[in-house]
Amino acid sequence: MVKEIERAGLPVVHMCTIVPISKTVGANRIVPTVAIPHPLGNPSLSHEDEKLLRRKLVEKALKALQTPVEEQTVFE
Amino acid sequence: MIKVVHYLNQFFGQIGGEEKAHIEPFVKEGFVGPGMALNAAFKGQAQIVATVICGDSYFAENEEKAKNTILEMVKKYEPDLFIAGPAFNAGRYGNACGSICKFVKENLNIPVVTGMYIENPGVDLYKKDLYIISTKDSAAGMRDAIPKMAALALKLVNNQEIGSPEEEGYIERGIRKNYFAEVRGSKRAVDMLVKKIRGEEFKTEFKMPDFDRVAPNPPVVDITKAKIALVTSGGIVPKGNPDKIESSSASKFGKYSIEGVDDLTSETFETAHGGYDPVYANKDADRVLPVDVLRELEREGKIGELHKYYYATVGNGTAVANAKKFGQQIARELIADGVQAVILTST
Repeated sequence: MVKEIERAGLPVVHMCTIVPISKTVGANRIVPTVAIPHPLGNPSLSHEDEKLLRRKLVEKALKALQTPVEEQTVFE
Repeated sequence: MIKVVHYLNQFFGQIGGEEKAHIEPFVKEGFVGPGMALNAAFKGQAQIVATVICGDSYFAENEEKAKNTILEMVKKYEPDLFIAGPAFNAGRYGNACGSICKFVKENLNIPVVTGMYIENPGVDLYKKDLYIISTKDSAAGMRDAIPKMAALALKLVNNQEIGSPEEEGYIERGIRKNYFAEVRGSKRAVDMLVKKIRGEEFKTEFKMPDFDRVAPNPPVVDITKAKIALVTSGGIVPKGNPDKIESSSASKFGKYSIEGVDDLTSETFETAHGGYDPVYANKDADRVLPVDVLRELEREGKIGELHKYYYATVGNGTAVANAKKFGQQIARELIADGVQAVILTST
């Protein structure tokens, strides 16, 4: 899906936990996330801290969307 | 006797389903689950001395640590052969089988064999390094896969010559081997050309690699004015799953309104995704689809606008052809709606 969205001309950032798979499917902008069942959260944190963590990850994704890349790039 | 160590995930290791996907690796003496058929397929020439079982999520999330722990466990049995899976179309399991096989092969210098369905993401990651027997997409293909894995493994450990992918049943590794053909090259080429002109089937002797890569698009110029859409393969749907998106091998995607929604809650949204523990996403779907923080960022003017629809499907054993079709259709609609950038989340 990532690749087809990119092919259609939209910049897309893939937020996922298993980065090697993201690379295989051809994502160009990749933001690694927390864990498979909760990529953008961490149930062991308080609600506020969890939201803060999520916000940081989403901000990273927004930064990736604003960054020119030439090849597959992981935004750590 | 040839000693074999077998690797299985929590499911085939008979520990449990998704709720056990986080278990750390441990060893059981002898064979477990599909190891029984594998052991029988060796016909007395080899024996499974131990089985390492590890949760798929644990492996994926702690790959380096898991690999090293498992290597130590395997080493203790001084095996002559290491077999993982088969993983069929299970993505995390395929990745784990490929990764641990490669690691064992490099460190212990013994033959390794695994098995996967051709669309398993582990295939593209590891087919150059490993012999991966081509299997069906589900455990229904076990009976078919096991004898092929056993036969190839025995050949490898006995240093016998390995035949072509078609003969042995493994996935092509991109290795070229010289052989003496009966007919000279020019004639073979002309024969192929004639077949091609006639529209008949022909087999090339020099396959071109299939690099389906899409070049990155230029970045968003002004994110504070951009309309951003959310797409997910994590199966987040309105409570009750109105479109009945399948928990695996999805045949469709859904388009859902989040107009006026500030926060996804356990009363309003859930996941339709099988193959991972749904507890966390069902409790708070923002953990997969970050609507709450994007709303905040929208309010603060950090992004122009969050698109009023999001798109979701279940990326669990979903056929590549389907995923491709979904992606194309979603992209067409997003562009028509004036969306300028996409955040796609996966579990």
